[in-house]
Amino acid sequence: MKIAIVDYGAGNLPSVERALRALGAETERAVDPRQLETARAIVLPGVGHFAAFVAGLRERNLTWALRAAFEAGKPMLGICLGLQAMFASSEEAPGDPGLGFFPEQVRALPTNVKSPHIGWNQLRKTRESILLRGIPDDAYFYFAHSFAAPASAAPTVAACDHGFPFAAVIERGSLAGVQFHPEKSGETGAQVLRNFVESVQ
Amino acid sequence: MTLARRIIPCLDVDAGRVVKGIEFEGLRDMGDPAELAARYNREGADELVVLDISASVQGRATFLETIRRVAEQLNIPLTAGGGIRTMEDGRAVLRAGADKVTVNTAAVHRPELISELSQQFGAQAVVLSLDVKRKGDSWEAYTHGGRTATGLDATKWAAEAVARGAGEILLTSIDRDGTCSGFDCELTAKIAQTVPVPVIASGGASTFEDFLAVFTDGRADAALAASIFHQETRSIAAMKKFLAERGVPIRLSR
Repeated sequence: MKIAIVDYGAGNLPSVERALRALGAETERAVDPRQLETARAIVLPGVGHFAAFVAGLRERNLTWALRAAFEAGKPMLGICLGLQAMFASSEEAPGDPGLGFFPEQVRALPTNVKSPHIGWNQLRKTRESILLRGIPDDAYFYFAHSFAAPASAAPTVAACDHGFPFAAVIERGSLAGVQFHPEKSGETGAQVLRNFVESVQ
Repeated sequence: MTLARRIIPCLDVDAGRVVKGIEFEGLRDMGDPAELAARYNREGADELVVLDISASVQGRATFLETIRRVAEQLNIPLTAGGGIRTMEDGRAVLRAGADKVTVNTAAVHRPELISELSQQFGAQAVVLSLDVKRKGDSWEAYTHGGRTATGLDATKWAAEAVARGAGEILLTSIDRDGTCSGFDCELTAKIAQTVPVPVIASGGASTFEDFLAVFTDGRADAALAASIFHQETRSIAAMKKFLAERGVPIRLSR
């Protein structure tokens, strides 16, 4: 069975696909709900605007399919906006509900720091993490975002600080997410993806 | 936990080759973009910029193919630009594998281009390329690769571009470009303190000390250089070690 990469019509899909394939994972671009049903695991990549993202999912009938996959306990990895979409809503588009797997609202980075938060930053592990296995505590990851989920959210396993402490890595049950871009984070990022792929074998 | 300062090599490309402008000589061939990209990726570059310096409509397909070949070599972010005139130009560059697109001339003529790109792809994907020359006590923005004065004050234009959704500024001092006399730290600090987005300093870099100065006095979030890295006389790894030893937050490769 393959890993389905959700193709909602924009974003960083090709680089995520290339990074997963470089690890030997079989992937397919999912544009149809049935592909999510038959997949071994789901990767939800995303860059851009929250409203465009949830609209793209909705137009392809992927919103309910992702909720069904969550109910069925299918492993899922959200990347950047894909992580944010797992929450109830975002200040970026308050009228557009997210997938709602977690109840918190994604917030804008405050004005006392440079936003977008662009560049390589470090993490603070708060719990044991599957995605961060084998990665040194002082490793750097590439971030590029203006919004983030609060680190106080229940699934947070590693936080990062930029204006406020935010969820950099989340893991709970079958759900996982990273606010940084593992596909752009060099060898360290490849290790995160390898950990995900191995966890769903 | 600190956001690292970034070291960004830049590939100026023309007709599918990396080139370097030499005064009175024209362009010198510096190699294959994909090969150089692979080397920089390996040596610990934090990001890569690819600029189409010919920026001709005819050369567009070749440039997109270059982006595709370069992107395949990277597991770090890629920024591409040069001659981006429309939303469709921007989309094509991002589809080809770039994470961010730079705009300059077309955005001066029609600032809405920045808003449109930002709404579609997000502020983190839109970089204002700001080429400036000192004019008395201030700086003036230039277009067309530094050849055309706009009459726009650089700080005001930077602020407007950010308000419209530019997520980063690639700031080039035309006065310093190609001089090897170091970055213009006064200019960089001025812009970095004016705008609420990261600033990438460019123009004039020659030594490790130049980079140290632009990260301290210049308050730059990132620093870019082209030809000083191409000939392997200065390795990125050695520069990063130099900066880290002097207290600059830097991502060191393992």
